[in-house]
Amino acid sequence: MTGAGLRRAIVPAAIAAACLLPFLLSNFRLFQFTQVFIYAIALLGLNILTGFNGQISLGHGAFYALGAYTTAIMIDRWSVPYGWTIPVAGFLCLVVGFLFGIPALRLEGLYLALATFALALAIPQILKYFEHWTGGSQGIVLSKPDAPFGLKLNPDQWLYFVTLGVLLVLFVLAANLLSRRTGRAIVAIRDNPIAAQAMGVNNALYKSLTFGVSAAYTGVAGALSALAIAFVAPDAFNVFLSITFLVGIVIGGLASISGAIFGALFIQFVPNWAQDISKAAPWAIYGIFLILFMYAMPRGIAGSLRLVLGRLARASGGTRRAA
Amino acid sequence: MDIFVQQVVSGLATGGIYGSLALALVMIYQATDVVNYAQGEMAMFSTYLAWTLINAGLPYWVAFAATLAIAFVGGLVIERVVIRPVEDAPILTIVIVCIGLLVILNSLAGWIYSYIQKPFPSPFPEKPIRIGNIFFGAHDIGALGVTLVVLLCLYVFFRYTTLGLAMRAAAQNPVSSRLCGIRVGWMLAVGWGLAALVGAVAGMMVAPVVFLDPNMMSGILIYAFASATLGGFTSPGGAVLGGLIVGVVENLVGTYVSFIGTELKLTVALAVILIVLVVKPSGLFGRVAVHRV
Repeated sequence: MTGAGLRRAIVPAAIAAACLLPFLLSNFRLFQFTQVFIYAIALLGLNILTGFNGQISLGHGAFYALGAYTTAIMIDRWSVPYGWTIPVAGFLCLVVGFLFGIPALRLEGLYLALATFALALAIPQILKYFEHWTGGSQGIVLSKPDAPFGLKLNPDQWLYFVTLGVLLVLFVLAANLLSRRTGRAIVAIRDNPIAAQAMGVNNALYKSLTFGVSAAYTGVAGALSALAIAFVAPDAFNVFLSITFLVGIVIGGLASISGAIFGALFIQFVPNWAQDISKAAPWAIYGIFLILFMYAMPRGIAGSLRLVLGRLARASGGTRRAA
Repeated sequence: MDIFVQQVVSGLATGGIYGSLALALVMIYQATDVVNYAQGEMAMFSTYLAWTLINAGLPYWVAFAATLAIAFVGGLVIERVVIRPVEDAPILTIVIVCIGLLVILNSLAGWIYSYIQKPFPSPFPEKPIRIGNIFFGAHDIGALGVTLVVLLCLYVFFRYTTLGLAMRAAAQNPVSSRLCGIRVGWMLAVGWGLAALVGAVAGMMVAPVVFLDPNMMSGILIYAFASATLGGFTSPGGAVLGGLIVGVVENLVGTYVSFIGTELKLTVALAVILIVLVVKPSGLFGRVAVHRV
């Protein structure tokens, strides 16, 4: 079976399985999977920037926070229906990301990583400073939305489906974006900026736009997380969140759309397993996992899968020819 | 005026600490092209070791020297065992391994020593030194002095010893150095060892001020990044000077610009990093990297 054929078989099966989950799992487990989808959206956003466009960001937690706070403030202060807050959060992050992308044009690799790292570190302080809007360290408490149209779903199940829906839409959009002309330009800039420029790609515009789109994805994820957790507080958006995102895309697989899902599963569940293994020093176990993972799969889960599937395809193709 | 001078002096003191951690960052970056995100945690862990030694009854300076030796060997071992397998991997893979190292060290320190803050002794007298109307904390002056001594030692080491020369060669042109018989892999390991040593100095100098706890370095690390960026990631002297500038600016801004106060101090570091990166990405004293296409 070819890679594309396999994808055509696996993707609908995975979506069907995802639709069944809410009726099989407890609310807590379901919440964890909602969180996985939210992370997957954020990771896809970061992956568009880092994996496909080659700009390293250690500060995407900032956009996640921006999205979350946009939603929380709109619902809490202005009683906007929650459905409208998600596109607004995405759009706001698009604009802010685009603007941040302009100075970032001058920076490469390490320096960009540093600038964004500083952004991630400063975010909790900034959030606490604008206490009037953000509620300071107390944060903002929201209530989980109920299912509309008299659907017989509890709020956790409803949020799960909302998140799944947003995830699917955003993944299809990203797949289209990346497989067409624009996507080729984005990848060309990563691989050889000078050649891309010579071919007529407007590097500056594409790089800032990619930053904006990436921030928008992460902002939408943040908005969904505010709804799912029904609470936002500055310390949830510490630098560790941004680092976790970077860990997620590298473990999942750089420049791979499905990698976002694998990475999200990793960052959601592996810390829990580490906790089960050692209550005393869970993060030490997590760190060891991380390092071993990098030794075993330097190209991430998606990269290793691609390698294995490619070998299988070649092997089966070979036997067919032999037979 | 007195307040001003006072603030500048204490800014120089904290700046010296930022500078020494920045120095460690710059050394690893120069030797290996890797920014070591675990640098702060390595320094924190060394400081805990020093605390253990001092509590075991060793005199301060003996414990100090012993800690430096342990930190050097520790850095060496970490490079050989943890970093070496991913030496040729993409840069992001190395970054993730460094992050893994960071959480391991942080978690281990919390596990062994608990997360409760501990006081850490200063080798310098408690009585402040008074000149005119201005008081200098003896520890502040001492810490600044120690940083400068470390910088001087490193300068001498890299400038006048064969090993230092070999290390610089290995960083600059690994292939040619290999052909000249320099063991490039080991030079990288020694680089990590030295950086761990410098980090340990920074940790022991900062611990009396901020108290010892597993997260003590995270804030300082960002100032160190700001310092290294300001001075230029390719210039050790620049990193220390950058640290001093960041320390002084941080203190003055905190004192005189009322809306910033102490709450937005980290944001000042962010602003420094962004402004420098946008205006002069190579920093004040760094070399501009020139690519041949």
